[in-house]
Order: sequence, then structure tokens, then C-alpha cells
Amino acid sequence: MIRIRSFKPLFSLLLSLLLVIQVQAQTAEEKGLAIAKERKQRDLGWQDNQAEASMILRNASRQEIERRMRLLTLEVQNDGDKGLTIFDQPADVKGTAFLNYSHAIEPDEQWMYLPALKRVKRIASKNKSGPFMGSEFAFEDLSSFEVAKFNYKYLRDEQYEGMDCFVIEQQPAYEHSGYTKLITWLDKEHYRAQKVEFYDRKDSLLKTLTMHDYQLYLDKYWRPMKLSMKNHQTRKSTDLITHELRFRTGLSEDDFSQAALKRAK
Amino acid sequence: MRAVWLNAILLRPWLTLGLSLLLIVAAAVGSKNLYFRGDYKIFFGPGNAQLQAYEDMQSIFSKSENASIVIAPESGDVFSPQTLALIKDYTEAAWRIPYATRVDSITNFQHTSAEEDDLLVEDLFEDPQSMSQAEIQKARQVALAEPALVDKMVAADGKAAMINITVQLPEEQLDQAFRDVAAAARQLSHELSETYPQHQFYHTGIVYLNDAFVTSAEHDASTLVPLMFLTIILMLWILLRSFTGTLSTVVVLITTIVATMGISGWVGIFLSTATVNVPTLVMTLAVADCVHVISSMLYGLRQGKSKAEAIHYAMELNLMPVFITSVTTAIGFLTLNFSDVPILADLGNLTAMGIMLAFVLSVTMLPALLLLLPMRVTVKQQASSGRMEAFAEWVIANHKRLLPFTVVLTLVAIGATLKNEVNDQATEYFNKSMPFRFAADYQEEHISGMATMDFGLFLGEPSALNKPENLQVIAEFTQWLREQPEIDHVASISDTFMRLNKNMHADDNSYYRLPEDRELAAQYLLLYEMSLPFGLDLNNQINLDKSATRVMATLENLGSKEFTAFEQRALDWLAQRAPQIEVRASSPSLMFAHIGETNMASMLRGTVLALILISALLVVALRSWKMGAISLLPNLLPAGIGFGIWAVISGQINMGLSVVMSMSLGIIVDDTVHFLAKYQRARKDGADAEQAVRYAFSSVGRALWITTVVLVSGFAILSFSNFGVNADMGMLTGIIILVALAVDFLFLPAFLMVFDKSSVKKEDNADDTDKKLQTTV
Repeated sequence: MIRIRSFKPLFSLLLSLLLVIQVQAQTAEEKGLAIAKERKQRDLGWQDNQAEASMILRNASRQEIERRMRLLTLEVQNDGDKGLTIFDQPADVKGTAFLNYSHAIEPDEQWMYLPALKRVKRIASKNKSGPFMGSEFAFEDLSSFEVAKFNYKYLRDEQYEGMDCFVIEQQPAYEHSGYTKLITWLDKEHYRAQKVEFYDRKDSLLKTLTMHDYQLYLDKYWRPMKLSMKNHQTRKSTDLITHELRFRTGLSEDDFSQAALKRAK
Repeated sequence: MRAVWLNAILLRPWLTLGLSLLLIVAAAVGSKNLYFRGDYKIFFGPGNAQLQAYEDMQSIFSKSENASIVIAPESGDVFSPQTLALIKDYTEAAWRIPYATRVDSITNFQHTSAEEDDLLVEDLFEDPQSMSQAEIQKARQVALAEPALVDKMVAADGKAAMINITVQLPEEQLDQAFRDVAAAARQLSHELSETYPQHQFYHTGIVYLNDAFVTSAEHDASTLVPLMFLTIILMLWILLRSFTGTLSTVVVLITTIVATMGISGWVGIFLSTATVNVPTLVMTLAVADCVHVISSMLYGLRQGKSKAEAIHYAMELNLMPVFITSVTTAIGFLTLNFSDVPILADLGNLTAMGIMLAFVLSVTMLPALLLLLPMRVTVKQQASSGRMEAFAEWVIANHKRLLPFTVVLTLVAIGATLKNEVNDQATEYFNKSMPFRFAADYQEEHISGMATMDFGLFLGEPSALNKPENLQVIAEFTQWLREQPEIDHVASISDTFMRLNKNMHADDNSYYRLPEDRELAAQYLLLYEMSLPFGLDLNNQINLDKSATRVMATLENLGSKEFTAFEQRALDWLAQRAPQIEVRASSPSLMFAHIGETNMASMLRGTVLALILISALLVVALRSWKMGAISLLPNLLPAGIGFGIWAVISGQINMGLSVVMSMSLGIIVDDTVHFLAKYQRARKDGADAEQAVRYAFSSVGRALWITTVVLVSGFAILSFSNFGVNADMGMLTGIIILVALAVDFLFLPAFLMVFDKSSVKKEDNADDTDKKLQTTV
């Protein structure tokens, strides 16, 4: 035992050397993927959450409007999460509910309940890049981070707002994506996205998303209270502000069914 | 004073030359600031009401600048797998065009259909080459029945289809952005025409309208300016028969132009479709100054004077007349500042500056050059053919017939001017040899016009759009628009509501109508909003808080009168049907449609001012109220007759023509000044009207004839411009200058001989005036 113990410093030195070599031997793609996996790993197990949120939509001439909603999310292992959005404002869409099963590389499944029609309608569409509720957020920008959604490439380390960050290029794996690539700034400490640049099909910068006011939930899960999306081409922007967020509220698959859509109010 | 100046130049020619060149170089350095702008907004001042309405609308709803590609298969059917594949390939590739934010065509049209409680949203032709004939037929029927597509994105007979590329252009370097988009789409058409032969591609839309402005300006700069140079050199050679004289004149003209354009750069005036012709105009107008000076000098040399004496003589003789004619011409051009079209004001200011620079250089640098350069002259009087004298005799003999004849002719011509119609329509600015015009004509013939008119309906409070009564008005207005003969296409949110209502009821056609309550409408809209693809949002048709909607109409390429009349009719209809709704109409086509009339009105004020200033100057120069009053007739009649002739040739008055009146006034007044000055001199020497007319003819007849030839050539060259504003302006000004000569030669003498019968006492100062105005050619 004593002998082994005396070898321990040497052993760990060797091990770290090996690690360094391994890291250096990694291609940029491998490193990017490893970082993405770590990012996902750190965000597993939160189960479900419910949020009260506002979207502030601004046009190029700085006029703005607020839309309020509740967002219910259910964590799904190895695929995109399930989300239920209940609209509260403006008044004439109050009670309208939108159910979305997001998928990494398949079209999402979507249903909408229209209270005035008292019917649930399934929307069959390949669009993931369309705007969510007329905002600058596309559906694919709001759905959960899944490793399978992208191909990765580590680009460089960079400081962003005083944080040491990885800068990763992500190429969408979904063939109908509206983007050619995303450049993500991920802080090294918590693997939280701090900034994302979206590039369109002509490979020019379309939008920049920045995350603000990260809060820690359940001692493990970081969530930004404000997401700011700026469209550089149309000069429109949208802020998604979370007023209240609760985790592990006891939601289950049943709460994300078509039948549940009608009940949601 | 004048002697000091003259001696300074003649004693120190090198210094004069050096100083002039120094100043010219200093001015020329400013050309580094010159840049070209070809976008259509240069025609409108910041205060232009239609521009403001348009920009307001653009800030409330999405911008709608676009490049449109019309694809016409030789097979005559766009619904063939081959053509559909081309449209799909083009649509996908066009996303990579610079600044493109959205590409629309029949293939990626988001077709919504219902299957029980499923709403299917898919591309109308997602993969045309794997579609069966039956599937294509079905989609074809959808396309040709879809109000959003037919007569806009596809011809009703299926012979042509359009790909619409929406671009978001940057504020800075807008011009370059337009060019980049135009070039990229053209390149794409070229590439795809190789993969898909037997298809024609036509490029239209705002992007190509701007591109056409740029192309036509480049065409003018690269063809008209050199052509003008050649013409001037040729004419100078014929007139002066002197190498040194020709060379010196060309030097003065080039340095004038270089300095003018340089100063333009210093003061921040950019190059545009209008100002690109400033060199041509300045050359045309400045050449006369030099010709006067040089021919007087040649005359002096032939008389046996020494070179210095001959130059001295020429300068003494020409300083005043050249100054006065330069000033009057400059005044004419300066009144272009009254124009509502900023680039025409630029044109006026630059040309006026060029004219005054030419004057300065032709009394400083020109004599210095003439003194320094070797000059041979054959001491032989140029054979005076006596043709001018013979002509004078004919006019005198026939003056009693000439007067009523010219009066009648004038009245007829002026009566004809009433048939002119103000008309500004951007596509018609370009002549048919230009690809843009060809494409626009093709588009109009096969799919729709290029003219648009957007109606913003402001409904009051947020979400007011969803109210059934408002939707009803929008639907009725849309319907009314579609019934109008001028309309090719209407895009309206009411169609979307009706289609969604049908989709939400399992595609039952009886539900193709508006939703009946507000909540339902709002929820449909939300559903629709959630189903839109990348690059599309409702903002194109609905404002942020849903309190306003934009109904977008596409019209035939109408003349501005019909266009503004249609605007009024539509506004009246809405005011009648729904007085509580605030409505604004706007579009680039409307901006052009209104500019003609507002510009005409302001230019009329400018013309009146020009007339007052120039007449006052003539009263001072001729030192006679009477002569000043008489001069009004030959100064005003040519424009009247010219516009009468124009009514016969064309009858269309565009924004370029509205400035012709005041511009030509400053030019033609020179003829009048010269003729009346000679006439006046003879009268004061005791001659009667007949003798005075004879004297005027023999002393200035040839000079007027020559300057007219030079001016008419210059403006005729301008009329070769591909750009209608410039071409028409050149042609009408040329006509007016020619008419002015006819008036001075036929009407004015006859008028003087009939009405100026009193004998005049000799006045001392009159003689003095005449000397100042004397020219020698």
C-alpha cells in the first residue's frame, strides 16, 4: 500500500501527460463534439419546468409590442424536448395552446388548440426555421440543445464578457434548417451558451443571440432570464424574458398530449 | 481697371497660365470625393411627401425591395417537369444572392391544405421531378386558382413564371449593393440557362430599375461625352480653321470640366444619371465663349494686327458680351434649384458653375494660351458669301407676310402645347434598346405590370385587424380593387383569412369566407404565423400590434395621370365605405407619378423668376426699358412653340422636361441680346427699322447661326441618351434653341419693322452699351 501510494504522484503525472497528448491529438471536430457532449451532460436530469415569460418584439423603427405566455417543458432523453406554450396576451388569443415535440433531425410534431374553434389542429410542416410567433426566434432556436442536431467544430478559445469561452462552430444536421452554421460562445466554467451567431444560406451573419442573467436552479441547471435576439438584416429584434421559472413541477407525458392541449388554459 | 487686368494677363502669360492651372488642380483634387448614386431615391428630396409616406410605410411594414426574374420556357408551359425543376433550382440558389432575405416562387409557395384535423403546410412543388403527371396537374390547378400567385408569380395562361427575391439593402453604399444583387442574379440566370436551355430569363423589379439607372448613366458617360468631344473638335476646326485655336479651346473645355467636377466633389454633389451629363452641357455652352474670343483674334490678325494687339482687341470686344451671356445662361440653370428633383438641382448648379468657370478661363487662360502658342494666319478675309445679307433682304421684303404667318404659326403651336401631358413613369425613362425596358415590357405583357400601389389601412387600436367589421372592409376593398381594369394583382390578408377558414373546416369550399368572430380570426392568424417558413412573417402585411394592414396592388404600367387618378379613386372608395379608417397610399411608382406635377408647378415659379431676372439684366445691359420689353417676346415664344412641337412629337412631359423652360430661357436670351443690341445701335445711329434690321443681320447673323449650330449639336447629342429624362431634355432644348433662332430671324425683324416706327434720337450712352455687347464673328 505504501509503495503504491508513493507512486501516485508519478501516476497522475503520467495520466495528465497522456490526457494532454490525447487532447492535442483531437481534431477540431472531435474537440467540438466532446464539448457539446459535456454541455449536454451537464444539463441532464432536470425533468420538467414551467415558466412565465414575455416576448418583446421590436421592429426596425424601434416600435415594440409585448406578448405574454406560459411555457411548459418536459425533458425527453435522447431526443428533443416536448414543449407546451399557452398564450395569455394579446387577449384575443388567450387560451390558445401550442404543443411541440421537437426532434433533432426529423421534422418537429406540432399541434395547436384554438379555443374559438374548440379544436386541436395538427400542423404538418418541415419548417423549423420559421419564426416563432412572429419573433426573431425560429422554432429551432428555442428547442432544446441536442448533440445530434449539429456537426461540431471547435474553433478557438476567446474571452467573452470577461469569461473564458470555447468558440464552437455548429452545422445543422437537419436538411431543412435555415442556417448554414451557428457560432457559439460557451463559457468554460459552466458550459453555458453566452452568445450565438446565426449564419444564413448565403453564409452571411443573420442574427446574434445573447444570453443574460443566468440563474442557477436545483443547484445544477443554469437558465438565462433574458434571451436577446437581434436580426442584423431586418434590424428587428426580440427579447424573451423569463419572469418566473419552476423546476420539477410534476409534469408528465400526459400533460403534453393532444388531450392535455384542450385542457390547458 | 479692365486695362490693368488685360495687361496683367498679356504681360505675364506664364504666370496667368500657372495660376489658372494651380486653381484647376486644387479644384480637381475634389474629384476624389465624387461618387456615383444610381438608386431611384435620388429623384426625390427629403421633404417629398410621397417619399416620406413610402418610408413611413416601409418602417411600419417590412421593406419590399426586390429583384424579379421572369422565366419563360419556349415550350410555353411552366408546369413542365423541366421548367419546374429550373424554378426550384433557381429559388434555392437565389437564397445565396447577396442581401437576399427571402425568395418566393410557385415551387416554394407554402401551400396549406387540410386532412381532417391536420393542417398540411408544404412547398407547392417540393420535388417536381419526382411528381407524377397527376400530382403536377393538381398543383397546377392550385397555383392558377391561388390569388396570391396567379397574375403575380405565374401567368394566368401558365406561359411564364416569376421568382421574387426580396432583399434587405444596407443604408450605406446602397448603390453598390444594388449592383451586387443585380450582377449575382444575372450570373445565376446565366448559369442556369446552360443547365436548362430553351428558357428565357428577364430581370425586373426595383433592383433592376436601379441597375438600369446606373447602366444608362455609364452609357451616357462612355458614349455621349466622347461623342461631344469629337463633335466639338470637328466644329471648331470648321469654324476656326486654326490648330492653335482648336487646341486652346479644347484645353479650356477640358480644364473647365475637370474643375467643375472637382468642385462638385468638394461641395459633396454626387454623380447621378442627371449630373453625368454636366460635361456635355458645359462643353456645349462654353464653346461659344472661346469661339467668340478666337474668331475676333483671328479677325484682328488678318487685319494685320500683332498677336498681342489682336488678343487685346478680342478681349476688349468680347469681355462684356461673353460675361452677360454667361450670366444669363447661369441664371437659367440656377433656377433648376426650384426643382423638386434634387439631382436636377445638382445638374443646374454644376452647369451654372461650369459656365462661369468657362467664362473665367476663357478670359484668363485662353488669352494666355493663345499668346504662348504659335499661330499662323493667312491674311485673307474669309469669303463673305453674302448669304446672310441676302437672307436679310428676303426677310425685309416679306416682313408684312412673315409677321401674320409667324403669329398664326405661333398661336397654333402654343395651342398645341395644351395637348402635352405630364407623365413620369420609371420604366418609360428607358428606351426599348435597354434590357430592363425589354424585361419590364415582357413582364407587363405576360404576367403583370411593374407598377405597384400599397394601401396602408390604419384601424385604430391594437389587434383591431381581427375585428370582423374591419376584415369585412379589407375584403371588400380587395374585391373592389380586383374589379378595377387597371389592376393586375392584389395581395391582401383577407385572402389568407378566407383560405385558413377553409383549411380549418377540412377544405370545405363553403368556408372560403371570413371568420365571423374576433377571437377566431386572431387565433387563425396566430396559427398561420406559427406555420410560416424562414424569411416570412406577417409584418409584410400586418404591423407589429396588428392595428394596421397593407394591401399591395400591382397595376399596369400606367401614365402618371391615370395612376394618380386611380389612387384618388381608391382613396375615395375607402373614405366612402369606411370613413373611420385612416388610409395612406404609397409606392415608388406613386413617387414618380406625383413628381412630374409637383416639379412642374415649382419649375413654373422658377421660370417666372428666371424671366424676371434675365429681363432685368437685359434692361440694364441694353439700357432701355423698351428693348427689355420687346425682348420678352423672342425670349418667351421659342419655349411656347417648342412645347407645341413637342406635343406633336411626343406629348409626354417627364420631370426632365419641366426644367427645360427656364434652362433654355437662359440660353436663347443670348441670341436676342446680340440681335437687339445691333439693332439698337443702328437705330441710335439714326437708321430706320429696316436699315437697323439689315445691320443686325449682317453683323451678328452668322455668329448667331454658328452658336445655334453648336448648341443644337450639343443638345442633339444629349438626346441620344438611353435615359428618357436626359434624352427628352436634350431634344426639347435643342428644338427650342432652333426655334429661338427662327424667331430672332423671322419674327423679331418683322415685329420691329411693323411696331418700332418712331425715330430715335442719338444717345451717348447707348453707343457705349453697344460696344460692350459687340461681338465680332
